[in-house]
Amino acid sequence: MSAAGEKVVAAAPAQAAEFEAVPVGKRCRRILSMDEEAMNRAIHTDFGLDPMTFLPDMDVLDNGMFDRVLDAVEAYDPGAVTAADVRRVLDADVVEPADFGVLVAPAAAPFLEEMAERARAERVRWFGTNIQFFTPLYLANYCENRCVYCGFNCESGIHRARLNEEQTIAELDAIAATGQEEILLLTGEDPVTSDVDYIARACELAAERFKNVGIEVYPANVADYARLREAGADFVTVFQETYDPSRYAKLHVRGRKRIMPYRFEAQERALKGGMRGVAFAPLLGLSEFRHDALACALHAYYVSRAYPHAEISFSCPRLRPAPGAVTPNGPHVTEAQLLQVICAYRIFMPFAGITVSSRESARFRDHVATITATKVSAGVSTGIGEHTHQEEEGDDQFEIDDSRTLAQMCKAMRGMGLEPVMNDHVLV
Amino acid sequence: MADIKAQTSANAALAADTWTLGGKEFSSRFILGSGKFRLDVVKAAVEDAGAQIVTLAVRRANTNQEDSILDSIPEGVTLLPNTSGARTAEEAVRIARLARELGCGDFVKVEVIRDARYLLPDNAETVRATDMLASEGFTVLPYMYPDLNVARDLVSAGAAAVMPLGAPIGSNRGLVTRDFIRILIEEIDLPVIVDAGIGRPSQACEAMEMGAAAVMANTAVATAGNIPLMARAFGDAVRAGRAGFLAGPGRVLDGMGEASSPLTGFLEEEAR
Repeated sequence: MSAAGEKVVAAAPAQAAEFEAVPVGKRCRRILSMDEEAMNRAIHTDFGLDPMTFLPDMDVLDNGMFDRVLDAVEAYDPGAVTAADVRRVLDADVVEPADFGVLVAPAAAPFLEEMAERARAERVRWFGTNIQFFTPLYLANYCENRCVYCGFNCESGIHRARLNEEQTIAELDAIAATGQEEILLLTGEDPVTSDVDYIARACELAAERFKNVGIEVYPANVADYARLREAGADFVTVFQETYDPSRYAKLHVRGRKRIMPYRFEAQERALKGGMRGVAFAPLLGLSEFRHDALACALHAYYVSRAYPHAEISFSCPRLRPAPGAVTPNGPHVTEAQLLQVICAYRIFMPFAGITVSSRESARFRDHVATITATKVSAGVSTGIGEHTHQEEEGDDQFEIDDSRTLAQMCKAMRGMGLEPVMNDHVLV
Repeated sequence: MADIKAQTSANAALAADTWTLGGKEFSSRFILGSGKFRLDVVKAAVEDAGAQIVTLAVRRANTNQEDSILDSIPEGVTLLPNTSGARTAEEAVRIARLARELGCGDFVKVEVIRDARYLLPDNAETVRATDMLASEGFTVLPYMYPDLNVARDLVSAGAAAVMPLGAPIGSNRGLVTRDFIRILIEEIDLPVIVDAGIGRPSQACEAMEMGAAAVMANTAVATAGNIPLMARAFGDAVRAGRAGFLAGPGRVLDGMGEASSPLTGFLEEEAR
């Protein structure tokens, strides 16, 4: 390990020999200073950024968590897990972090029914029969990143749009009229077109109409999260996509998102900025899903240890086809494997919220809600301006499977013995 | 007949056994939580348990939903809104004020929790919140970790009762903190209400036998196979435990039987 303050040189082509950087932990670096023009050139060039090097304007926490999670994932060998290991872990009262990998290994697949039983018992103990609803509102689909699997990526020829204030109000009102009380505001990741001021204003407008406002936008610095918290948002979702560094670098070609550890530390920065809770997720199917599930579980676990007051949540997306995006040749994740991962999250962190995406089928979501999930979206549209069918619609980020309205979802959930809850939150 | 006379006296003892909180008199000593229920069974559970006080999370009541939790609680029941979601005393105060605005009355159960995993209460913030809310005229029932010094501070801060946990919320582990709750019952003059962790009717009964003023449960009832039946079992267990306490339990001997005066039998009656 390099001594603190030792100078190293950034490795990426656009930065090589140009900018001095200091080490951050075992794997990362931070560029000390860089003129704005050079930084913008690097951001907007394919492979222009080094995935492990923070830019000078990025907050750096440097607390070892990134290395700790990646070390554990590197040491993980799912094939080495035996049925006896699974038995031992399922017989224990508490699942240790070192044992999470056992629950998502192939050897645990034959135990899926037993895992589901235990997950359901924990779900009922912590959340009763309550099921919460929310709807995402896509504010803008401009994006500076080039992520090869995503419909919003900057090279895809989709229709771009950003709601103005009047359109935002119309969309919020249309959603509120359906009875929703929780909203998740999303943007593509373009901090210029959708700057913090723009998002903060949308949060204010949303907070006037909804009891509960979450955001899923580009990773930001602590001060920006504090600003958005002040504007009325108090829950932050950031998908890490994959925790495999080499895969991450291949899939995220351009834009600030390419810098993996900055994304990794987003949840902690959000909590430091005063947010009540944070959500974590790999996009399963981008890389080895067992490794990604383990990394995500450990990431959430270590954050919960460092911020014991924080509300922790998992999202469980699988890769789905999107217009303008290339589907990578990652291994397909089956429904049974997805359920195994979701049950493992519940057994490992029984108190955590779990959200199941509308990418999944109605049949899958209805059943998973009774076993382990605590929150589902309803009345979902992933395009821009679609709740009011405004003229200048932007294209969708991905294809959804479950397009049921809120009323239909409530009825279905009651049919499964669950109690629909529109809000379980007071913003304080 | 002696039997009938004895029975009449037992009934009279139970009928006279009421307790008071915030100027309201209650005969039931079972408090039901409503957090984990399906709304259509809350009413049945309240009625079967004979509960006169029902807690509800303000955050859950903070809704425009047509069939809200508030509508499912039978009339005549005293609401005990809780401040769950608060992480500081100031947040608890804001949530309590919201409860008042929502029409939940002046009772408030203070929950200040900075721990998402075990939901253990923050005693120091709880004392601060109790002080602030009592001065605003609330009837304050603080949820606390059973610590005698903190309980005394809560008394000084103006609490109407103290609510020590039996075990972590939702754990159904029973009276894990038994010995410390016993100390509170001995030392604190306010009602001691055992809250959280009670998993079975027998555990509720034991808490009442020890002299607790009341017992609260939620998860144990809400997650039962037959909710109304479990609600009734808890109601009965609390009544039985209370009756046992009032009756004054006979001594329980540690070992074998004992002679009537093994040590002092040598004394001879002195001549007057």
